[in-house]
Amino acid sequence: MTGRRWRPLVATARRVLAQLRHDPRTIGLLLVAPLVLIGLLAWILSGSPGVFDLWGAVLVGIFPLIVMFIVTSVATLRERTGGTLERLMAMPMHRVDFLGGYALAFGFAATVQAVVVSLVTFGVFGLDVAGPVPAVLVVAVLDALLGTSLGLFVSAFARTEFQAVQFFPALMLPQLLLCGLIAPTDTLPPPLEAVSKVLPLTYAVDAMQQLTRQPTMTATIWRDLVVLVAFILAALVAGAATLRRRTP
Amino acid sequence: MAADEPAIVVDDLCVVRGGREVLHGLRFSIPAGQIVLLLGPSGGGKSTLIRAVVGVQEHVTGRCDVLGLPAGHADLRDRIGYVTQATAVYPDLTVRENLRYFAAVVGAPHDDVDRVLAQVDLRDEAGRLVHSLSGGQHHRVSLAVALLGTPELLVLDEPTVGLDPVLRRNLWRLFHDLAAGGVTLLVSSHVMDEASECDRLLLLRDGSLLADDTEAGLLARTGTSDVGDAFLHLVDEHDGGGPGDG
Repeated sequence: MTGRRWRPLVATARRVLAQLRHDPRTIGLLLVAPLVLIGLLAWILSGSPGVFDLWGAVLVGIFPLIVMFIVTSVATLRERTGGTLERLMAMPMHRVDFLGGYALAFGFAATVQAVVVSLVTFGVFGLDVAGPVPAVLVVAVLDALLGTSLGLFVSAFARTEFQAVQFFPALMLPQLLLCGLIAPTDTLPPPLEAVSKVLPLTYAVDAMQQLTRQPTMTATIWRDLVVLVAFILAALVAGAATLRRRTP
Repeated sequence: MAADEPAIVVDDLCVVRGGREVLHGLRFSIPAGQIVLLLGPSGGGKSTLIRAVVGVQEHVTGRCDVLGLPAGHADLRDRIGYVTQATAVYPDLTVRENLRYFAAVVGAPHDDVDRVLAQVDLRDEAGRLVHSLSGGQHHRVSLAVALLGTPELLVLDEPTVGLDPVLRRNLWRLFHDLAAGGVTLLVSSHVMDEASECDRLLLLRDGSLLADDTEAGLLARTGTSDVGDAFLHLVDEHDGGGPGDG
């Protein structure tokens, strides 16, 4: 019975991956674009020893987040506008199956992306971090899942693909400014520091910055990971609330 | 469900959309195993009524029982096949990939995919991407999805729109075969000449039912020779001015 219970969820994940497989250009962009940009950054900073080591790990985490956010919000919006979501909601499919299927498929794609990007960044571009490399991978995958869950959530508020893409500058760029990348969060004016503390990206970037400096898993890193997981789950629950069986 | 129990019972059904009532207290019932054609001009509420029956329409009041359960009941979800006007399949997957996916969602056996491919005559296109198909083939993929899992009720919103006459005839043959096997079909259309294919007609205009009758009964009652004229006759009657009444 349990196999039957999860059949729609697993089928959804396989279907989303099949759609990706039919789109080799997107797969290429998912894998090549981050590598080109990180390689470019390594080249730009090649004259300043040690600087790439500070930025490289953070970028390894931010890329999957941005890419998965955009890909997921557009993909889910297409389900809404194409009528497939209404059809699925009229079928024996639970909302958890739909969201879980997407999270599983894009989580898998994000893991592949994070592993490839990390391996090349460490192996070819010579990134050197103090912390354990597998932990960098885990944070990169969590970042990608955060992007997926946020993308699922915001797609409910977009009517067109133009709007869905605009959610990136509207929701993610402010987080990039406030997350500690431009200036450490404890140097921000108090109101902005307070805002940065409730934004998920702050914890994603902090975890990566800690891993570049700390040789072992500190309590702060563990806290960052727990907060990230909490944000992922909260965004998925909020996303589930936006999937309605009955629509006006 | 008892064999003689109607497949759909609607009583005092009202639907509000955008703050405006678009269906005004509809009342009808559909016997099991019949093909019922929902006819009327576009904008008259056909799709809204269909969405209410399937249970995806918000702001519905009154009675709307389907296969003995209130519309939208969780136990109905694998007993109703639904085709929307949007084709509602994945254009970037092959025909077979689409059907395999929806078969898994409705819990249909794996060999159901080949059965429905044969029913809609798409066996030769099974390996093609849906976006490379013609408009008519695209619609038949959507219909094939609705046939998965052998539903007891098929609710089809304009399934024959944009199809050539041969395909339309073949689809109606399929619908008759399904009805002969006990399936109830509620089919919407704005093509009046499809009336002759059906057991009963529901004429819907501006959110009200103008008629709920057989084709022969409708023609006899209005003294007309085709359903289009009968519809116009009923519109004039309903609007208070009979023909020649100015």
